[in-house]
Amino acid sequence: MSLRIMLVDQDSARSAILEQALNDAGHKVVARIKHGHNLLRELKECQPDMVIMDLEAPGRDTLEQMREISRDQPKPIILFSNKRDGDYIRQAVQAGVSAYVVDGLSQERIMPIVEVAMARFREFEALKRELQETKTQLADRKVVDKAKGILMQRKGMSEDEAYQLLRKTAMSRNMRIADVARTLLSLEGLTD
Amino acid sequence: MTSAPQWLRPAVHAAGGEGLEKTEIDLGFIPLTDCAPLVIAHEKDFFRKHGLEVKLSREVSWANIRDKVFAGLLDGGHMLAPMPIATTLGLGELKKPTIAALSLDLNGNAITVSPDLYRRMANLDPAAATERSTCVRALKKVIETERHKGSEPLCFATVFPFSTHNYMLRYWLASGGIDPDRDVRLVVIPPPHMVNYLGSGEIDGYCVGEPWNAQAVATGVGRTLITDYEIWNNKPEKVLGVNLEWAERYPNTHRALLMALLEAAQWIDRPENRIEVADILAREDYVNVPADVVKMSMTGSFRYQHGAAPAPLPDFNVFFRYAATFPWRSHAVWFITQMYRWGQLRDPIDMKKVADEVYRPDLYREAARALGLPVPASDYKAEGRHGKSWTLAEATEPMMLGQDSFLDGGIFDPLRPVDYLEHFELHNRQVSLDTLARVNP
Repeated sequence: MSLRIMLVDQDSARSAILEQALNDAGHKVVARIKHGHNLLRELKECQPDMVIMDLEAPGRDTLEQMREISRDQPKPIILFSNKRDGDYIRQAVQAGVSAYVVDGLSQERIMPIVEVAMARFREFEALKRELQETKTQLADRKVVDKAKGILMQRKGMSEDEAYQLLRKTAMSRNMRIADVARTLLSLEGLTD
Repeated sequence: MTSAPQWLRPAVHAAGGEGLEKTEIDLGFIPLTDCAPLVIAHEKDFFRKHGLEVKLSREVSWANIRDKVFAGLLDGGHMLAPMPIATTLGLGELKKPTIAALSLDLNGNAITVSPDLYRRMANLDPAAATERSTCVRALKKVIETERHKGSEPLCFATVFPFSTHNYMLRYWLASGGIDPDRDVRLVVIPPPHMVNYLGSGEIDGYCVGEPWNAQAVATGVGRTLITDYEIWNNKPEKVLGVNLEWAERYPNTHRALLMALLEAAQWIDRPENRIEVADILAREDYVNVPADVVKMSMTGSFRYQHGAAPAPLPDFNVFFRYAATFPWRSHAVWFITQMYRWGQLRDPIDMKKVADEVYRPDLYREAARALGLPVPASDYKAEGRHGKSWTLAEATEPMMLGQDSFLDGGIFDPLRPVDYLEHFELHNRQVSLDTLARVNP
């Protein structure tokens, strides 16, 4: 898969080599940013799939915000540093959200790093989605149970009758059962 | 000295160094006037007095300080007061228990807009625009008028998602009925770049610390509308942040660091030293702006617009008086309420428990006592109840504290954070109050 990549690096010689390596591998460098460039505008205009950034580049906080504003469409960020003592920063590798690369980016090393970061990122996104789905399912089950309880109590229904009523209403209104249950609870002033 | 075992005696550089587990320390800072305690402790040898050889490293962004402290590349750093909380909770990219045992200052930020935006505000509502307490109403009129015309929303910058700036700007906008998540666009820009972005028209305004408001006013690219002091009197601003793991491994070193910074804060707050502090901060290796620009706020005056006379604002920068260095756990709870209010925190947590873990007045007290300084007896105080200076009696000796009013008259009871959240009409809360009340009885 071809990625649209934004490079943020103070060292233009280094970023030219990187760009070449990325292009050779079939990716497209959509912007090469140096200090003084407007990261905000470039991000908005280029909409990259991934950002590769020098740890010491100003504007790092702007990227940090991407996490917040892109909750729905987050992007992987690879940060790199040339500092040898930066070895510790390896500990900072977070599943796919950011990869920290300590020893600088050389032509040979960049491709595996991009691939690993992308794979990790996807894996992490899938995990996040799964977790979200599980959370929703659990929450759905809870509201449905609560709504059934109300119907059983108020209308003297059995559990099965209560469920059938919720299901019938959902089908006739083209809604999800959990949403019918939620509506019922909110009408009863019992929302969570 | 001879009584100490060998392993407790690393290189002792000067008196006070005995028992330190680590004497060479790297601290990160961002070029802002409130890095003063770090700079002065270094320049005036308070670090050395307590046996520490400190190297200060100027960093390009708040995320960099967080990452480097996280990874142990820095021993500690100048941090935004909500940062250790966010890092402990894992709200940014990284999650690691981080603590704050010392507050570095109170206040120090302001909200500045482009002269063009100010002109539009003054055209629509001249009466509201000229008054600091009401100018947000003029801003609301601009937003409403331009929305009808179908213009792009106004864009405001803060310095970091988990910053006092973000919460102050949002608090102020919301106090004027402006929804920060719907009526404007908020972006993040590192402090030293703010003035450029405003000048180039990329953003319409920002909330940042000094000297980046004074600099915009001095060069005519901005007009300051209101300072954070006027939004919340004596609001906490920066802290010294370190990893919990680091503090547990080097307790004596941490205490020495706190003591040196406490002495520096005291020195900075003596009026006769302020000019010298401003001169030192202005230097190329620290904030790197003209000394006149730094002197403004550091000597208690503030210029809101280009060419205007400076207005007195004696408490704009507070470093020691009013128990400014004390890490109130109630302040941590306040920040957590704002993380909920604006949808950053999406899981129900016990707010007081987190505040107790992250803000460490217990460690502060040890350092302050070693210096013979008075300390508050309680870790929590309400905000918004004092319209003038007051005396805190629950302390080792009575302490004078500053005003603590909010511009909208709000009252914050740190023991009832869920009730506090309930009273905000404008919010982007992602957790229901019932759920929160269950974990915060």
